[in-house]
Amino acid sequence: MEFFLTSLLNGLSYGLLLFMLSSGLTLIFSMMGVLNFAHASFYMLGAYFAYQISSAIGFWPALVIAPLVLGLAGALLERYGLRTVHKSGHVAELLFTVGVALLVEEIVPLIWGRMAVKYAIPRELDFTLFSLFSTSFPAYRGFMLLVSVGMMVLLYVVLTRSRIGLIIQAALTHPEMVGALGHNVPRVFMLVFGVGTALAGLAGVIGGNAFVTEPSMAAAVGSIVFVIAVVGGLGSLEGAFIASLVLGIIQTFSVALDYSLSDLFAGSEVALLHDEALRSLFSIRISQMAPMIPYLVMVLMLIFRPQGLMGKRE
Amino acid sequence: MSEKIARAGILVIFAVFLMAWPAVAADTIKIAHIDPMSGAFADAGERADKMLRAVVNEINAKGGVLGGKKLEVVTLDNKQSPQESLLMLKKATDEGIHFITQGHGSNNAAALSEAITKIYQRTPEKAVLYLNFSAVDPELTNDKCNFWHFRFDSNSDMKVAAIVSYLARQKSVKKVYLIGQDYAHGRAVRDAARRLLAQKLPNVKIVGDDLHPTGKVKDFSPYVAKIKASGADTVITGNWGNNDLGLLVKAGKEGGLKVNWFTFYAEAGGTPAAIGEAGVDHVYQVSEYHTNIPNSSIEPFVRKFEKETGMSFYYLRMKTAIEMLAKAINQAKSADPLKVAKALEGMRYQSATGEVWMRPEDHQLMAPLYISVMTKAGPKLKYKHDVNRSGFGFRTEALIALKDSVLPTTCRMARP
Repeated sequence: MEFFLTSLLNGLSYGLLLFMLSSGLTLIFSMMGVLNFAHASFYMLGAYFAYQISSAIGFWPALVIAPLVLGLAGALLERYGLRTVHKSGHVAELLFTVGVALLVEEIVPLIWGRMAVKYAIPRELDFTLFSLFSTSFPAYRGFMLLVSVGMMVLLYVVLTRSRIGLIIQAALTHPEMVGALGHNVPRVFMLVFGVGTALAGLAGVIGGNAFVTEPSMAAAVGSIVFVIAVVGGLGSLEGAFIASLVLGIIQTFSVALDYSLSDLFAGSEVALLHDEALRSLFSIRISQMAPMIPYLVMVLMLIFRPQGLMGKRE
Repeated sequence: MSEKIARAGILVIFAVFLMAWPAVAADTIKIAHIDPMSGAFADAGERADKMLRAVVNEINAKGGVLGGKKLEVVTLDNKQSPQESLLMLKKATDEGIHFITQGHGSNNAAALSEAITKIYQRTPEKAVLYLNFSAVDPELTNDKCNFWHFRFDSNSDMKVAAIVSYLARQKSVKKVYLIGQDYAHGRAVRDAARRLLAQKLPNVKIVGDDLHPTGKVKDFSPYVAKIKASGADTVITGNWGNNDLGLLVKAGKEGGLKVNWFTFYAEAGGTPAAIGEAGVDHVYQVSEYHTNIPNSSIEPFVRKFEKETGMSFYYLRMKTAIEMLAKAINQAKSADPLKVAKALEGMRYQSATGEVWMRPEDHQLMAPLYISVMTKAGPKLKYKHDVNRSGFGFRTEALIALKDSVLPTTCRMARP
């Protein structure tokens, strides 16, 4: 029981973390149709900016300033970069973001060095929030969950309940009409891109000290955020939320499962089991596979339901 | 147009001449350093390169080898891949280099070791002597051993043996958990731990073992929950790096896991900073050296290195390797790799932490190993030297005698 509850809690918190990482990506894709490959780079920059700012004036100002700076940078990138290549179609946009990602990956070690920087959790949040049986739940983890849920709620409300959200949604499907009604459509897209990168930056501010702030951190999360976006359904925030939670919980629980294919057939005389070449395959345990499960789910999803859990686009 | 081409041609010839000039003039003995200098592992490769250059500079400052010849480091980037390693080896032999050194990744080491055997068989005049300073797969000095490969780091079996002999003295150790990265190294550590614990400490139970993909796990809390549920009091892991070791220990602290961690690489690079407070008095390390070994003869060199580069010195084993190479060249009175290899076999040498011996049967260096534990360190504290300005260092818990870490070898070496 203790193990089950702890694992459930761990799974939930990991899932919410995944959502935090991928929400900006999903937002930009759902509202602009741009698959932002530089998303993880903005996450990394968020962590480094937060490190720099927090070593000067503290963590709390950094929590606000770093995402704002990155949002501004993202907006400028959209205005002077993405908008120019937009004319050449989606492939050009994609290549542009890949280029930005490569650039950031090379520039970061030039400025901050290849070694991890000392970006630590703030003292105010470095305590145990509560204890479940004998397992303690750190306050910083609680803080991460709170931010992640906050992100979800805020995005949902803004997009579906506010005026600006309606304009954004309308601009996606009927840009000419929205323009004719007197709204500046390009500026709407600039805003969306800026908010998307700001969200990535916020995830970086929070993830950077929970994990390690180093030049390879972008590459480390780069693949998993795409898994979330694909499984959730490209362009669906609700889908991304559900996918994050489901994958987080599945992965956490599968670590605990020490079963392999050979256990399944144990006792029965299946000839295959005695095949030397296959034995190593059969003895792979589920726990060993755990970190690969999200990728497996993505492949299956692409085969059987290409639009993802709740995707609206093909 | 043709005039332009001619002018460019002259420039190119001139440039090539200029590049070739110092090499001819200096007449140095070159050592090719083949390690990752770009990509995710570049940090480790660059650090090792700086240390290697410092070691070589020290030898050169004392007059070099063979009465005045200087050593020279040629850095080659293998991008942490066996294929690239072989390309770089080819580049080294094309430049007439007879000595290579490498340390990161047993997969690269295995590829290099195999390739140099073939080089000698096909073109003996191009023979390459390989100083391995940190690839610890036991196979390299057992079934896959070869005459041209010399290992200066204790292999992972020996390190596990040292850990087990230390655990044998701790009465409180009852349940051990094994966790590792899912590749040759992690598996080798696990297998050695299973074998040696069963042999030497039959009363200690192995309560679980896990392999996870290298560098892919962001959240170790499920593993921590599992270790906790197993009731383990001790964890043995070959994990390295800020992520796989740093995050693992941190997650352990967050989850309220109270165990002692026995590691190989807790001191490397930024790992002490990544582990942080969570490791103090709980993260142990088995190594030939750590920053707070008292009265070691390496002190002046280490302080100078720290001052010049701003980083802590880590690879005593690499320093030993290059110094033994220099000694072997002097003893052989030649830089001929075959003669140098013969001089290295069986060599005894006084390293900064005691006498070491290159076992001739398998070319595995026998060196004393320390068990140390993470501690707060800094200029004003009891333990003066922290690692890479992290505020954390290591203190000696035990010095493991050679008899407790030496293991027999299955190597049957073909000698030229």
